[in-house]
Amino acid sequence: MYQGYVLSLAIWVPIIFGVLVLMIGNDRNPAATRWAALVGSILGLIVCIPLWTAFQPTAQMQFVELHAWIPTFNVNYHLGVDGISMPLILLNSLMTVLVVIAHWEVITDKVGQYLAAFLIMSGLINGAFAALDAILFYVFFEAMLIPMFLIIGIWGGANRVYAAVKFFLYTLLGSLLMLAAFIYLYLQTNGSWEILDFHRVPLGETAQKLIFLAMFMSFAVKVPMWPVHTWLPDAHVEAPTGGSVILAAITLKIGGYGFLRFNMPIAPDAAHFFDTFMITLSLVAVIYIGLVALVQQDMKKLIAYSSISHMGFVTLGYFLFNADGMLGGLLQMVSHGFISAALFLCVGVLYDRMHSRQIADYGGVANKMPVFAAFLVFFAMANSGLPGTSGFVGEFMVIMGSIKVSFWYAFLAATTLITGAAYTLWMVKRVAYGEIANANVAALKDVNARELTFLAILAVLVLWMGLHPKAFSDVMNPTIQELLRHVAQSKLG
Amino acid sequence: MSRRASWAEAMNTGTFSLSTMAPAIPEIVLALLIFTLLIVDLTLRDDERHVTYWLAIVSLVGTAVLTLFTIGRPLVVTFQGMFVADLMSQVLKVATLLTVAATLVLGRPYLAARGLLTGEFICLALFGALGMMVMISAHHFITLYLGLELMALSQYALVSLQRDSVRATEAGMKYFVLGALSSGLLLYGLSMIYGATGSLELTRVAFAIEHGQAHQMLGVFGLVFVVSGIAFKLGAAPFHMWLPDVYHGAATPATILVGAAPKIAAFAFVMRLLANGLQGMSADWQQMLIVLAVASLAVGNIIAIAQTNIKRMLAYSTISHMGFLVLGIAAGTDNGYSSAMFYLLTYVLMTLGSFGMVLLLSRQGFEAENLDDFKGLNQKSKWYAFMMLILMFSLTGLPPTAGFFGKLAVLQAVWEVGYGWVVVYAVLMSVIGAFYYLRVVKLMYMDPPAGEVTVEPRADARWLLSGIALAVLVLGLLPSSLMELCVRAITASM
Repeated sequence: MYQGYVLSLAIWVPIIFGVLVLMIGNDRNPAATRWAALVGSILGLIVCIPLWTAFQPTAQMQFVELHAWIPTFNVNYHLGVDGISMPLILLNSLMTVLVVIAHWEVITDKVGQYLAAFLIMSGLINGAFAALDAILFYVFFEAMLIPMFLIIGIWGGANRVYAAVKFFLYTLLGSLLMLAAFIYLYLQTNGSWEILDFHRVPLGETAQKLIFLAMFMSFAVKVPMWPVHTWLPDAHVEAPTGGSVILAAITLKIGGYGFLRFNMPIAPDAAHFFDTFMITLSLVAVIYIGLVALVQQDMKKLIAYSSISHMGFVTLGYFLFNADGMLGGLLQMVSHGFISAALFLCVGVLYDRMHSRQIADYGGVANKMPVFAAFLVFFAMANSGLPGTSGFVGEFMVIMGSIKVSFWYAFLAATTLITGAAYTLWMVKRVAYGEIANANVAALKDVNARELTFLAILAVLVLWMGLHPKAFSDVMNPTIQELLRHVAQSKLG
Repeated sequence: MSRRASWAEAMNTGTFSLSTMAPAIPEIVLALLIFTLLIVDLTLRDDERHVTYWLAIVSLVGTAVLTLFTIGRPLVVTFQGMFVADLMSQVLKVATLLTVAATLVLGRPYLAARGLLTGEFICLALFGALGMMVMISAHHFITLYLGLELMALSQYALVSLQRDSVRATEAGMKYFVLGALSSGLLLYGLSMIYGATGSLELTRVAFAIEHGQAHQMLGVFGLVFVVSGIAFKLGAAPFHMWLPDVYHGAATPATILVGAAPKIAAFAFVMRLLANGLQGMSADWQQMLIVLAVASLAVGNIIAIAQTNIKRMLAYSTISHMGFLVLGIAAGTDNGYSSAMFYLLTYVLMTLGSFGMVLLLSRQGFEAENLDDFKGLNQKSKWYAFMMLILMFSLTGLPPTAGFFGKLAVLQAVWEVGYGWVVVYAVLMSVIGAFYYLRVVKLMYMDPPAGEVTVEPRADARWLLSGIALAVLVLGLLPSSLMELCVRAITASM
């Protein structure tokens, strides 16, 4: 059918609609803008469907598109997906639809620019996941900073400008170092920017370590790993709900994706050299950030810290170098995409009504919003890793993987089952249960159809992945096996 | 035909004939047009000044078209080795002429509102352009210097043309004194190279150096002065002192006339001197240029953060960009030269655009030159805020804009010759630089408007500005044709 264009469509349909929305958007008549954006995002999701249905469960790059882009520099427009990137593209396209639905009655200022920023970013993110050319990847990777910077800075909360600038400069520093690493690799491969050529080129030990560290700077900031995570709580808290959703569900995943696509296969020996270092940082994130989450007063901040802690599981799984850990990490990425998005949307639902994110301002919400409270409890359970939800699968597999390497890794990682449950459920208890805290809470109205839609979609996905993870792991497994084989071979010779 | 072969032929045709003038036709035509313009302007009343303006635009664009027709002709050296016409000079001349024309279009409303749209201003701008064309095609130290002085003297006058402005007069004075000093340095250096090699003509100089006939010590000594003179003209640190004051003090259109097109000429100047003439000493000047680049990147990016005046900020940003440009040349390879040329052309576009935005927001009695004047631009004009956004991110070097590919090309060329640490350093400096460009975006999008922000200049200036910003975006998406052109131009002129 149109397999040769699927990825291009996934990238350019949202971007073209974004530009369109930008042009027609005006605040006097936002309805047309909103509908155009919704159509654009749904079309963007529909064109991605063949990625799922026609995907062959092998480690090969599929849906490949290859055209010369800048012949003087040997830069190609080279796209393709494997089991690692395909689920992330689908996740991103889906989240874009949810974000558009979620903004509907909430954003009234500069609607056109807001929606355009999201649609354009969605296309750019798909591009970053699909790019097989380092420069093409870098272009998408960096360009997405621009809409995110604007989203946080324009529609965010009180301290938004600080958060936006911090986010921008942090990520820029990392990615420019990665660019330097790309240039080095370009010269080593005698003039190729192909990521797959980077995977094959032999590299010396020092070179590998430096490349690993340069790329680590770039992706660790995105993930974010402790101790370069400090931009995230600021950015999350100040971002509008949609911004938080995309940040948590998608942009953090680019960090995790980067480790699998760049760090490990390009510098496998350095990856082994730094594995204890990476695992330590991940465990610090899991434990320490989990404890930090426990004491948060602000719901969004709490979920932000919970995100960092859960992403710690992802990097922990990757650097165990076994199939359970890596597959678990990847599943955890997707699952975290669903759950964190759902929790941010839940907070958004409350915030739109009360204009407060402080836990102390709530209490007894369940009395007034029973349907909402049911969803909140469900997603909270998923966040704390209840079996049957998607949150369980990834965490369990990572713990399984880590026990094969060291008992203590597994022991320390498993403490999250306690802290994770503690901070999530304690928040739910304080927000949803108990007496009705004040008059504002008493005046709350339950979720409307629009809110019900996006919460229900996410709930179904969380359950589906929790009950039938095989659907996901079958897609990812061949690629993971291939990656592990590749990483096991030294590139020093 | 190679440069050397063409040169040999030119030296053999001893007699002067019309055909020897053919390669210089664009310059000759422009000179004649300027003289005509000078006379026509005398007969005009003050309210008819727009005739001069339009004649100037027609002259510039006409000469550019004329030059365009010569593109593709093989390399020719003429006037007994004084003058060269090759693909690089043709491309750079077209760029220069169009840049000066664009400056006049963008600057017209501003100049008219301040009574500066006079015959003097326009003629000086045109003489400056003529000087740049001569520089670009120079193949001899004398021609180089002639072109340089024709350009520089016009610029000194342009900067100080705003007689009753203290700042402009001061800027003009500084520019003149320091410019004269740097010309002195340059001449001193050139005279020593003449002493070392026994010739003023680029091919002979190159020949003498390559065959070990040059006095090594004297040559290097002269080179130091030459590089200093070049650094001054480019505005690379530590010879940048004049630049912020001149950019700030001059009327904004004069700032663009100093800041945009002359960089093209200065690039050609460096290429002729260092790459064509002194390639044999590249090991020596490479070191010097790296030092200049490292200093410029630091000075430009760090000091720019402290500026509150956008013209001063852009002046420091220029210094940092010149650092990148010098870095490309310092690579000393064809790859490096063509990267630098690509960087240069995109940089000129960005300069035109960003100063054009300053002009756009200025109006009668109001200079939009403080950063705060950009506050809340998005509320007033989504379109121009977006244009400025593209320009700022392009200056930062963020994809998908032209600025990114310029930086990438230069960095790649520099690493190729083994300066990995310089690449890492340049990259870190770019992060520092990102902060002040980001601040402009922040002011436009995230701050409420302060006072009246109106956008009401003439339609042609608005269209041109939008075109420039969109060109920066399009060159970021599809840079390959311009890059290829640069590669061909550099290979052809070597």
